[in-house]
This record gives sequence, structure tokens and C-alpha cells, in this order.
Amino acid sequence: MQPDLSAKNLNVTSLISVGQHPKSGRARRAEQDARAVELGLTLSGDQLEMLHVGAGDDAVMRSYLGMGLPKMTLLKQDDGADAVPVLCDYLASHAPDILLTGVRAESGEASGMLPFLLAEKLGWPLVSRIAEIGDVKDGVAEVLQALPRGQRRAIKVRLPFVASVDNAAAEPRQSAFGPGQRAGINDMPVAGGEDTVRAGWEESPARKKPKRLKVVKAKTAADRFKAATAKASGGGGKILKKETPTEQAQAVLDLLIEEGVVR
Amino acid sequence: MSDLIRRDPRTEWIARNRLHPLHAELTAPAGDVRGPTGLLRKNPHGVGFIGPNGLKRIDRLAIQLGESGPQGGQRRGAKAAVEVQLPLVTVESPDFYVVAVLDMVGGRLTGHDKDVLGQGHKLVAATEGQGAVVAVTFGDSKEEAFDKAGVDRLIQFTGEQYEGYSPEQRVTALQAVERELDPEYWLFPDSIAGGQELGCRLAARLGERPATQAWQVDAFTSLCRGGSQRIDISRETPRLLLLGEECADQIDETRHEATVIELAGVPGTLARIEDCGAVDVDPSQVPLGEAEFILSAGNGIHDWDQFHQAADTLRATEGASRVAVDDGFMPRHRQVGATGTWVTARVYVAVGISGAIQHMQGIGQCDKVVAINSDAGCDMVKRADLSVIGDSQQILAELIRLVESRQQGGAENAA
Ligand SMILES: Cc1cc2nc3c(=O)[nH]c(=O)nc-3n(C[C@H](O)[C@H](O)[C@H](O)COP(=O)(O)OP(=O)(O)OC[C@H]3O[C@@H](n4cnc5c(N)ncnc54)[C@H](O)[C@@H]3O)c2cc1C
Repeated sequence: MQPDLSAKNLNVTSLISVGQHPKSGRARRAEQDARAVELGLTLSGDQLEMLHVGAGDDAVMRSYLGMGLPKMTLLKQDDGADAVPVLCDYLASHAPDILLTGVRAESGEASGMLPFLLAEKLGWPLVSRIAEIGDVKDGVAEVLQALPRGQRRAIKVRLPFVASVDNAAAEPRQSAFGPGQRAGINDMPVAGGEDTVRAGWEESPARKKPKRLKVVKAKTAADRFKAATAKASGGGGKILKKETPTEQAQAVLDLLIEEGVVR
Repeated sequence: MSDLIRRDPRTEWIARNRLHPLHAELTAPAGDVRGPTGLLRKNPHGVGFIGPNGLKRIDRLAIQLGESGPQGGQRRGAKAAVEVQLPLVTVESPDFYVVAVLDMVGGRLTGHDKDVLGQGHKLVAATEGQGAVVAVTFGDSKEEAFDKAGVDRLIQFTGEQYEGYSPEQRVTALQAVERELDPEYWLFPDSIAGGQELGCRLAARLGERPATQAWQVDAFTSLCRGGSQRIDISRETPRLLLLGEECADQIDETRHEATVIELAGVPGTLARIEDCGAVDVDPSQVPLGEAEFILSAGNGIHDWDQFHQAADTLRATEGASRVAVDDGFMPRHRQVGATGTWVTARVYVAVGISGAIQHMQGIGQCDKVVAINSDAGCDMVKRADLSVIGDSQQILAELIRLVESRQQGGAENAA
């Protein structure tokens, strides 16, 4: 259960970006950012600050606002400009306790570097791929991190910190159209430097990656024949036949312990 | 002597009769035979041996190894067991280093790690001078085949401070590597197993702009996947790369030194992030395709309550063969195999599953397979790393008992 944290007066900021539908390419709420907003809403209710840097596609911004927020902040600049220095300046002066981002953007370079750059510049700790934020007590937050294979890890981290939100976090609530239209967008024009490195890059629609072929490096016809017809054979697996069930079970358990799946 | 060729029917008969006591002597390849004119003569009938059905067999595999004659056939099995020694590549005093930081999931090299090492060698080959590929690992490793994966030098950071989630300490260690070796390239697997996070952290620390999800890299340009997998970005190859899966071919034809390098010392960091350990997740909630540890049931299970109890005590995700599903003992989404789920478990325990090919396809990616079966000749036993032959009910009962007593022992020790 999520403890009710909205009474704790946490300053939470969620960064949002313009997402992209993976097939049609239509602009939409980005999946992970929406989860970050959802997490922010459970932490600090409508005190959550939603922040976007860029041109700010109005329909997309309003679909985030439709999740139940009266207002958001838009640092307005060209879409191609560098967002990191602008964000650093803004966050250094506004100092949230928790900054939530997605793991990777859904369009453009999608390097996933933004949370790391912000944490490095601000000097805050960063926890990546979180699924949940538990209790926040005495300036220390209990965070649940999502690991591969559906596993979770508990982490304690000092405020203020940056966290990137994984797809394993709670699903975002639906966006309501009307409230989204009525909510306010405070826009502040800013000027981030242009991304000169990126100007030299070439972009093209994604090519299909070539599938790796299984190359048979056999020298003789007999080897090639064997490679083409042989069944998968472990070869050299240990077989326990005569032992008592107890010994056999012990051998299985030893292997499971050695592999670290039984603790 | 006369020029007439005289046949000796008796020796011919002995040569044909492989049961004759003198047969071996007559068919043994004689040394050099000189013809009447002094020319070296080769007897084409001297090679090979008579197979069990009386037909002559020429074993060309054995000839390649420099052995021929009647024993060829028996030696063959022995030869298959001898592993071919790959040529060793040594780099004595490297001019530059390419550092690959590896995931080492479960203490072993992953396929992705090997791809990254392969990419490292591609970059070494494309750069002037002699380079060495350095592998950096964190935590204890169980890997024995670093040399065959293409590791010239190895740096292992072990100790308590690198256990669990310790990204800040790990980045500090990588900075020490940066100071000491000044690598030409930094390579990371762009994976959720930690490579992406560590690479991004180091890039932010060093002020490098990494190529991410790069999947076609040479010394000049890198092709990177962009957002939602919809675009490819072609850019100059930076110094720090996060590489996608199958970015380059793995090393499989050479051995490397895998010499361990000791670093002078890594300063400790103030840990602002505390790892409180893994949280117990309900294994039945983990999707079958993602699960790390699967206990799978087949037609050889007769006590289903016991099976569920075993999965529960072992904290394993349940799987099943098609027969178990068709008979209604397990839900359809638990079926492993061609028409079910293709699993990626690290450890797969098959209880009473014969190992039909449709089932084996589904477990192709599993690392360790354990078979519990009453039939020692079934295909699952051939695939398994450990097989126990016996009645599944008895063995599962013992297993449950052992795990439970272990847990109680652990609880008493902790108390
Ligand atoms: C088109 C097609 C698709 C298929 N797709 C799949 C699929 O996706 N997945 C799948 O699993 N199958 C699939 N099958 C079915 C597959 O061919 C096999 O029939 C099935 O996998 C066999 O399941 P099993 O090993 O559990 O049963 P069996 O073959 O009956 O094996 C039972 C095993 O249990 C052992 N045993 C019996 N009693 C005991 C005991 N008391 N203790 C210990 N061991 C015992 C036996 O020695 C035997 O090895 C497919 C078949 C077809 C035709």
C-alpha cells in the first residue's frame, strides 16, 4: 500500500516530454513520463509541478494536464535547442525535493542521458528505473527499483534526488479532456544554446537490423552434416541414477543455491 | 627375379579376413615402398579399415589428425572429446586500450557482453597501433572463459562496496581506470542489466556525449537507433559508446590472454544511495517469459498439490508442458514451448518432462537445465546439466523438506 504522502508537503517535479506512438508516430503522452506524473500525483497531489522544456505541443501538454493538475510550467524554446542548461538553472532556483523523469525519450536521439546530466550538474543522487516511492522520513526516501525479470530492489536515498521512472511503475490514470483544456500553462521564454553537435548528424528512417546468421565453421563435410542434423545435446551433464532421493534432492538444491536462485 | 607378378592367394585371403590373427600385420601400412624403378609407391588400398559390416571405411577425419589404419574408427570418439586448442593472441605492450565494462549477469558473461567484446576487437583492428581490449567487471565472477571471449586484459573490482546497487562507487572506479589507462574507447552494453545506467553516469561525469543504442559501429561512423526504434542516426563515432545487442560478431576463433591488471587504488565515495536488498516478489506474478527460475511440470507429475507447494517453497515461477496443460492441470499461459511461451530463465527445472522437440524449442535460451525424470534415456536428460533419475514425487518431497529445513536453519541463525 502507498502511504499517504500528500500531507508531507513534498516538492515534487515531474519532467514531461512529447511522446510518439511507436507505429504511427503521432504525438502523444509519453508512456514513462505519464507514469512519472502518476507517481508524482500520488506523492504530492495537485501540488505536483509539471515541467516541460521546448516548443510544447499544446494537445500533448493538455493531455498531461488532464490527469488532474490545475497548471504546469513551460520553459519555451525551440525544440532543437539543448534543454539541460535551462533545466539546471530552473531547478537550482526552484529546488524540488524529488525530480521525476522518464528513462528514455520516445523521439529524437533518446539517449536517456537527461536525468544523469541533471543529477551530475545539480550534484544530487540519482536512482534509475524506479517503480514506486514508499515512505519519505527525515529527508530519506524509500524507493523501489525495478530490475530485469520482474524483480524489485529496495533503496534508501537522501532528498533531494533525481529518479527515472520505469515502465513497471503504476499505470497512468486516464486523461480527462475538459479539465485539461481549462488548466493553465505558464510559459516562460528561455534561450538554451543550440545543439551544434547534433546538427552534424544524419537521420533516416530505421532500417531493419540484419539477423545474425548461424555460421557453421566446420572444415569437413562430415562436420557440416553433423552441425545440420544433430539434436541439441548437452553433453557432459551430470546424471545421478543410483543415489537415494535425499542425495538427489540435495544435489539439485546445491545447484540452485550455487546459481543464486534459492536464497 | 622375373618380372612376372605373382599373386599370393593366402596373404590376400588373410588381408580380407579381419578375424585372422595375422590380419593386422598384413594390412598395417608398411613404411616407404619403392617400386622396381626406385619410385616411391603409395598403396591406395592401405588406408582405411574394414567396418563392422565388412565394408572398407576410410575415416578422413582421422587422416587429418595424422592417424590412419585400423584403429581409426575407434579413435574417433576419443577425438571428439579433445577440445581444439584455439590460437592464442598476445598483446605484449599495448599502445592503447579499449575498455569494455560488462554486465556479468549472475557472474557470467552474457551474449550482449560478448558482442561488446567483439566490437572492441573490431575497433582495435581499425585503429593504428597495437591495442588491447580490457574488460572491467564488478563483483564476484563465476566466468571461466574470459580468454575465449576476447579479453586481453581484465580488471575485476570486488569487495563489499561494489555489491548490489552501488553505481556511485562503480563510477568512481571507472574514473580510476580512465586516469590509469586513458582508453581510446569506452564500450558499454546498452542493457537494462546495468550497462546503460553505468555508461550514462560515466558519460555525464567525463562530459562525453555517448552514442546510444549503437548497432553498427566502425572507427569513423556509428549508426544509432533513435526514439521508439523509428529512426537511425548516423554520426561520428564518439569515445564512449553504449552498444545494442548483436552490434558485432563475437570472438570465437582465438584465445586471448585475459591478464589481470591491478589498479593502484580506488578512493571510496560517500554513499548517498543505500541498497536495502532484493524485495520478495510473488513469483507467480512474474511473466513466464521473463522469469529467472522456472519449475516446470509435465506428464510425470502425479501429485499436483505437491508440485505447487514445491514451486512455492522454492519461490520459482511455475511452467508446464503441453500435456500438463491439455489435461487441465495447468493454465494455458503457463505452457512452455513452441506453441506456448519461449522462456529465458537462467535456471529451468523440468520435472517429469520427456523433452519433445516442441518443448525444447521453448527452453533454448535457458542457461542451466535440471531434469527430474524416471527415464534416464529421454531427451530432456541429454539436454540437462544435472539430471536426477527417480520418481518425481519422492524427489520433490525431499526437496521441499530440505529447503524448509534450510529456511528454518537460516531463521535460527539470524535470530
Ligand atoms: C504442433 C505441436 C505443438 C506442440 N507444442 C508444444 C509446446 O509448445 N510445449 C510443449 O510442452 N509441448 C508441445 N507439444 C507436445 C509435445 O510434442 C509433447 O507431446 C509434450 O511436450 C510432452 O509432454 P511431457 O514431456 O510432459 O509428457 P511425456 O512425453 O508423456 O513425458 C513424461 C515424462 O515424465 C516421466 N515420468 C513419468 N512418470 C514419472 C515419475 N513418477 N517421476 C518422474 N518422471 C516421470 C517419463 O519418463 C517421461 O519422460 C506440441 C505438439 C505438437 C504436435
